[in-house]
Amino acid sequence: MKRLLFEHINVPGIQSLETYKAHGGYRALTKALSMKPEDIVEEVKKSGLRGRGGAGFPTGMKWSFIAKPPGVPRHLVCNADESEPGTFKDRYLMERIPHLLIEGMICSSFALGAHVSYIYIRGEMMYVYHILEAAIQEAYDAGYLGKNILNSGYDLDLYVHCGGGAYICGEETALIESLEGKRGNPRIKPPFPAVSGVWGRPTVVNNVETIAAVVPIVNDGGDAYAKVGIGKSTGTKLISACGHINKPGVYEIELGLPVEEFIYSDTYCGGIKNGKKLKAVVAGGSSVPVLPAHLILKTAAGEPRLMSYESLAEGGFQSGTMLGSGGFIVMDEDTSIVKNLWNFTRFYHHESCGQCSPCREGTGWMEKILHDFLDGHADLEDIDLLFDIQQKIDGKTICPLGDAAAWPVASAIRHFRSEFEEYVKNPSGIKDVKHYYRIHNMQPA
Amino acid sequence: MPKVTIDNQTIEVPEGTTILNAARMMGGPSVPPAMCYYSSLKTSGGYCRTCIVKVTKGSEKDPRPMPKPVASCRTSVMDGMVVENITSPDLLEARAGVVEFLLINHPLDCPICDQAGECHLQDLGYENGKALTRYKFRRRTFEKIDIGPYIKLHMTRCILCYRCVKVAEQLCPGRVHGVINRGDVAEISTYITEAIDNEFSGNMIDVCPVGALTDRTFRFKSRVWFTKPMDAHRKCKTCAGKARIWLKGSEVLRVTVRKDEWGEVQRDSEGGPLWICNECRFHTKKASDWIIEGPSEISRHSVISANHYDLATLKLDVAKQRKKLEGKKVLLGEGPLNPNNV
Amino acid sequence: MNNNNPKPEFSPEAKTLVEKLMRRYPEGKQKSAILPVLHIAQAEFGGWLSVPVMDMVAEVLKIQSIEVYEVASFYSMFNLKPVGKCVIEVCRTGPCWLLGAEDIVAHFEKKLGIKVGETTSDGMFTLKTVECLASCGTAPMMQVGEDYVENLTLDKVDSFISDCRSKISEPVSHWNRKYIREHEKIKQ
Repeated sequence: MKRLLFEHINVPGIQSLETYKAHGGYRALTKALSMKPEDIVEEVKKSGLRGRGGAGFPTGMKWSFIAKPPGVPRHLVCNADESEPGTFKDRYLMERIPHLLIEGMICSSFALGAHVSYIYIRGEMMYVYHILEAAIQEAYDAGYLGKNILNSGYDLDLYVHCGGGAYICGEETALIESLEGKRGNPRIKPPFPAVSGVWGRPTVVNNVETIAAVVPIVNDGGDAYAKVGIGKSTGTKLISACGHINKPGVYEIELGLPVEEFIYSDTYCGGIKNGKKLKAVVAGGSSVPVLPAHLILKTAAGEPRLMSYESLAEGGFQSGTMLGSGGFIVMDEDTSIVKNLWNFTRFYHHESCGQCSPCREGTGWMEKILHDFLDGHADLEDIDLLFDIQQKIDGKTICPLGDAAAWPVASAIRHFRSEFEEYVKNPSGIKDVKHYYRIHNMQPA
Repeated sequence: MPKVTIDNQTIEVPEGTTILNAARMMGGPSVPPAMCYYSSLKTSGGYCRTCIVKVTKGSEKDPRPMPKPVASCRTSVMDGMVVENITSPDLLEARAGVVEFLLINHPLDCPICDQAGECHLQDLGYENGKALTRYKFRRRTFEKIDIGPYIKLHMTRCILCYRCVKVAEQLCPGRVHGVINRGDVAEISTYITEAIDNEFSGNMIDVCPVGALTDRTFRFKSRVWFTKPMDAHRKCKTCAGKARIWLKGSEVLRVTVRKDEWGEVQRDSEGGPLWICNECRFHTKKASDWIIEGPSEISRHSVISANHYDLATLKLDVAKQRKKLEGKKVLLGEGPLNPNNV
Repeated sequence: MNNNNPKPEFSPEAKTLVEKLMRRYPEGKQKSAILPVLHIAQAEFGGWLSVPVMDMVAEVLKIQSIEVYEVASFYSMFNLKPVGKCVIEVCRTGPCWLLGAEDIVAHFEKKLGIKVGETTSDGMFTLKTVECLASCGTAPMMQVGEDYVENLTLDKVDSFISDCRSKISEPVSHWNRKYIREHEKIKQ
């Protein structure tokens, strides 16, 4: 299996510039500085690289949108506000191989003509912040950052900016607001960041993994990158595997790997924990639709499901899901879908910024209804009510957080309706009543 | 100038006009409601989502429809754009959903709210909402606070339109209140007990679409429909002195800005909004202080002036709701049937 | 370091750091430094942000106080009420919860005799639950100060508590000022 980002991740001391360089690090930087910036953009376009933060938008195209008004500085901002439940690949990458991100940042900033770039890291990852700061210092000392980088005449300052704890700041316009020192309220688009981003200047916001992927693209060319993967899902993807599996962790896979192999092979997840059966998978972070075992392993048409943007989306939301951020959450046969959904919905309620009404009011309402299910106070009509509420949030909000809150609800009802009914018909018969006790401050007998 | 078609009517508007303003130029039933947009306040709008419309054709150049409903107050028209508002049943259903979201935590204490009769949320609920509530949980409440000697903040009624924050930002030299916390516990607040005190702060009361900010010098003096609004002016050093005074007999019960048909502050001949100062608003309450120009024109679209709820449907809805709640653990003391949580 | 002091001031090393951070943003955009500066303020003044502390931050950044209150109350990492020396933040989201975060929280509550959101009477521990910390592969987990404590078990919780209790006499700054110490190594 081809590894483009993590080839040397297990080399001892790879965090340091010296070791990173000894293993081929900063080759891309030298090469990039000898190229024309627009040629780098062209290579990224050719590579077919798509945004790794969740939306999957073609990176080269995003870069080519950046406005270039004369005399106005442009900025590249790396989105390291990784907080999608189930996703931990960016933290792993930054912690283990920080120079890969820094090298990617320098190449990408050069391609975009940015002279001051920022890495927006979530505040909770303060220890990673220090790792990045130390690595950036090393890069300055080596002449890879600062004035006249490697005598190319190109200047770049790279700074880390820490957040303060808000999931919504992973949304690019909220991240920009936050970088400007404001509340993380998403902006109304247009204007898009490429025209008016941070401090009103043209800005590109890219995920950590996306920027890291620029390094192999510069090194080996866009065509070589595009040969890896399958169809329009080119290259490799970092998958954060977690939940009820034997080997949780971050895996770099070539896009197109069969889902079944990913779950059961010992190279990856190593099968379901304690020999249990697979019940459901949330394949791309908590926001994407949950799929039952039979639909995650095979599409509705009976084709094997692959780890790629297209295959996972096969069947639309009726029978498919999304690759999203690659947060792969596996649930075994004992998992309660309703309880899990309550937990996710509670999360979106907590993280809603409160700016627009459907999300502010709707997420809390859905959480309360789901709570009623767990409490044994719901009735059958509540299932339809819940479905109707999510429909009224989906697509009606300023930013995608509303959609992200709605999709898990819709998919859980779509695929696991009988489980909701069971909570209504037989509340006392539910196997796991720990939750009931907890919310009533009672001790289980 | 771009041409836009809204609900099958076409209008030519200046470049950069928003869909909402194009619809307002057209007038009639196709004008989307707006709770947070306020044309005299920069960067307002986009939050409440009541003005959403469906764009079925983006423009002549790019005829693709927009994938999601857009906020008409923040979306500029393009030449050849086709918009559906009241001609789209889906859109109306989506808007009813937004109205429902705005109402689930609203106290519905209209009988004792000073804003009743001129409340945009009442109008919105009446025109776009449903008589029945599906929300069965305890509603969110906040403590009432006095922010300064003139303004009462009743956060429980707030719909977070941000208009008052923008008044403070754009009309006042310093801002001491804002939005604190986040999500559904976000609130308008000074955070610490601090009075909002500067000469244009009273305009926050007028921009508030609901009864969240009310005039302490007028609270509980009278229902608005028992007072007579007159346009009047006086010589004022601070503002233009052009206001609307609300009379009961010969007594001036309150002073507000003059509002246009969209419930927004009127503009002078040069297009500048006629904000009034606190001196005019709170301290000029003798009829003799004012030169009365004549009775004000009041929009007839308010729920109060309409005064004809479809009783048959209403009774049916209430009966249905009663039945649904029968035998359920809904405590009247804290549930939606008790509007007493003020 | 008295948080109730009406006129709090940054220590000299924190001040240097704040100035360094403010230079990272363009001229006139120093408000951008608010989140990092609030982290420093929280580290300096007992792990929480009082009104005088936030007012001082506003003064340093040359913005209005309400702008600081708005921001500080938006982000979940800023404590607006006093906290214990050791703030325990247990992740309660999806994957951690699937693997028993609920039991971990219940165990902490039982062992410490407090509920989530409370502080022990000796002022040692504050128990909080937080949302996904991007450590789902090592669930369940918690954050204490800047450290991630992963793959939690009930036994691990027990030894963690007794370990902390043995350090109770150490001054508060020991727990919170790592951010500032680490930062001093960086030049730009």
